[in-house]
Amino acid sequence: MDRIDKKLLTLIQEGIPIDKKPFEKLAKELFITESEVIDRIHKLKKDGYIRRMGGIFNSHKLGFKSTLCAMKVPQNRIDEVAKLLNSYEEITHNYLREDSYNMWFTVITYSESNLFKLIDEIKFKTGIKDVIDLPSLKLFKVKVALNVGGD
Amino acid sequence: MLDSLDKCIIKKLQEDIPIVEEPYGLLAAELGIEEDELITRIKSYHESGILKRIAAVIYHRQAGFKANAMVVWKVPEASVEEAGNYMGSLSEVSHCYERKICENWEYNLFTMIHGKDKEQCENIIENISNKIGIKDYKILYSTREFKKSSMKYFK
Repeated sequence: MDRIDKKLLTLIQEGIPIDKKPFEKLAKELFITESEVIDRIHKLKKDGYIRRMGGIFNSHKLGFKSTLCAMKVPQNRIDEVAKLLNSYEEITHNYLREDSYNMWFTVITYSESNLFKLIDEIKFKTGIKDVIDLPSLKLFKVKVALNVGGD
Repeated sequence: MLDSLDKCIIKKLQEDIPIVEEPYGLLAAELGIEEDELITRIKSYHESGILKRIAAVIYHRQAGFKANAMVVWKVPEASVEEAGNYMGSLSEVSHCYERKICENWEYNLFTMIHGKDKEQCENIIENISNKIGIKDYKILYSTREFKKSSMKYFK
């Protein structure tokens, strides 16, 4: 990544214009041509810097409910439990972390009752009762873009 | 209220948008509608707040943020607001939430901190701890990523 790539990557994390020719506007900000912006984004995707480029929605405003859960999974069952959790499309993030609550996952679904049902189902299917449900009470920050530098 | 066309549009936007000169024109053609109508509708989702933005989601690790620490803090109720606002103001903190506690979990403030390495993360965390006067915290590094995906709201 050169300096322009880094600047471009920071800009496109913040958002592209909802406009007929969104990349033309970005090109002007970067003092390069529209086709160069397009080529560079393709390259950043190909090189594995960009996971997805598309709409980012506010789940809450769409009426969905979400939470963060953690569970205590015995060492010898980690892969098996991770596989089960990953099979739910309502579970969008799942990480192993250094804590007695070692598996951390987010659940997002269309209603609170469905959220509880899903957590109960996971407890039932795994036989692991120690699952904590930590819904957010207040959002202080969700950062839009990580500054990758270049300016 | 969202109609069936809105749901089709949102479905499209949940995927990757085409990286071409006129991406919305191409999407509109795929949806069988006019580009102007598509742009008007997307702008309305943005104005009402259901669409935060059309943007790139990056792979943090690839972009040089090798250490990503989730730090959980036990903050007295009366200090949550101040601590949360302070942590939220820091550029190294990407997420900061107050979460519900329970019998087995008393850490109520959650932050995600990004750094080039663990040492950098830990310096940032120590500075925060000193600043807000909270010593009771845990750093939960992720050791494996099993899943990271975007929610598909409509199918």
